[in-house]
Amino acid sequence: MNHQYATWGKIYASGAGQARGPLPAPTNPLVDAREIKNAGPECRGKGIGGEDAGALRLPDRSRSPNLPNHVPNSTIIEIRNLKKSYGLKPVLRGVELALRQGERMALLGANGAGKTTLLRILAGLTKPDAGTVTVAGLDCVQDAQQIRRLVGFVGHQPYLYEELTALENLLFFGRMYTVKHTRERALDLLQRVGLEKRVQERVSTLSRGQVQRLAWARALLHSPHLLLLDEPDTGLDQDGNELIDALLSEHSAQGGSIVFTTHQLERALQLSDQIVVLGNRRVAYQRETQSLDLAELQQACREAGR
Amino acid sequence: MSMARIFFEQTGAILWKDIRYELRSKQTWLGMGLFALLILVVFNFTFDLRVDNKAAVAPGALWVAFIFASLLGLGRTIAAEREHGSMDRLLLCPVDRKAIYLAKLLGNLLFIGVVEVVALPVFAALFNVPLLVGGLIPIVLLGTIGIAIVGTLFSAMAAATQARELLLPILVFPLIVPIVISAVRASESLLAPSVNEPPWLSLMIAFDIIFLSISMLTFQYVIEE
Repeated sequence: MNHQYATWGKIYASGAGQARGPLPAPTNPLVDAREIKNAGPECRGKGIGGEDAGALRLPDRSRSPNLPNHVPNSTIIEIRNLKKSYGLKPVLRGVELALRQGERMALLGANGAGKTTLLRILAGLTKPDAGTVTVAGLDCVQDAQQIRRLVGFVGHQPYLYEELTALENLLFFGRMYTVKHTRERALDLLQRVGLEKRVQERVSTLSRGQVQRLAWARALLHSPHLLLLDEPDTGLDQDGNELIDALLSEHSAQGGSIVFTTHQLERALQLSDQIVVLGNRRVAYQRETQSLDLAELQQACREAGR
Repeated sequence: MSMARIFFEQTGAILWKDIRYELRSKQTWLGMGLFALLILVVFNFTFDLRVDNKAAVAPGALWVAFIFASLLGLGRTIAAEREHGSMDRLLLCPVDRKAIYLAKLLGNLLFIGVVEVVALPVFAALFNVPLLVGGLIPIVLLGTIGIAIVGTLFSAMAAATQARELLLPILVFPLIVPIVISAVRASESLLAPSVNEPPWLSLMIAFDIIFLSISMLTFQYVIEE
């Protein structure tokens, strides 16, 4: 990945990265996060919502046009000694992980291994019992609202409003994320995921695969820096899977990071830079994908599941 | 864009979504409306209404209809989002939880309000009560706001449980007793004015302000895991 960092780092530093490529390049979460943290109380979410105000006042990017958009080798996710239980049942016990910006991590593990819980904690939906989790330098408990701006989420359930049309769903979420030019952005994304002829159709009339494509469009709507994907290929056909591969490649090429769960080991090898296998409620196995083959991964998954 | 503007835009977006969703699914309004009308009709046939007992019976019938119909709608507001899993998706958005509460509250007020607009003329006709005499409208408005404020908060709490239909009335009824008593007595005093009546409207306003403040502050802890 280092050669990729260098290449894209140069492109972004020259300011050319934002305008190119099918998807808008994400702005740099690390710079945003540090600016917000160091900016003092006037820049943090006070207003109506207090500390957790929905509207985070981001730095005025127009005043700093040369701001680098990509910081090679910077850590976007850092998890230390993460513990989480549901009632008396421990789900995660002392998980330690790190992910650099622009990298793709595949989370593997048997059902109930804690993959979804880990993603929910990263997304700020679930609070950890112990340990620290930071996304782009922001604490997932204290700064959950800021983190939500940086994260796009696709689950194995689409969680869209069935009585609204595909476009209405995207317009609604665009307003939630205060996306500028929401309609144009939504129409672009609907075209990108192959739903340009289904724009005005209600979600309840779409097929499972089409709904999943729409969920992808929603996740990319606000140009997130970190994509959290919980079995994102559920219900997709071959074309859909190819579309996902392309979207993932575009996202990471633009400096975005990705964490995804899957049960398909071949796809995990194909799409990730590093693989993490959860077992016995902690990280049982972790390797760079470059130095890994399918047989070894299968063996690792079997051992982790014991 | 200012924080306040974003707050109200997000509130408006959630409200718009809920209204549009309800207009298309028609899950809640029809049920609430029919239930309210049914209660009024049953009460009308059950009691032998005469001039001397009308003031005692009619306000009770009206508020029983409003409260039970409201609870039908309040129970659906957040439960529907939970059932579809879309509440998690909404919580993933960088939206102030107070904006979610406010939007749900306004949505509930609108749904209940529409039912009341239909039910009030029916009530006036069945119970032979002049509709606009002495300010029945403000009483209904303040009472409805109080019920919706408490109901919206506790519907979020109940929606996270298995027995939400059972739990919601158990949680809400004890808390809305002051507003129900105030509303019934204020309505009664319209039909049969008496001296030395407590300031029911002021009590209702105080109730609404206190519970709105509490609900806005606590909703985040109720809705998030």
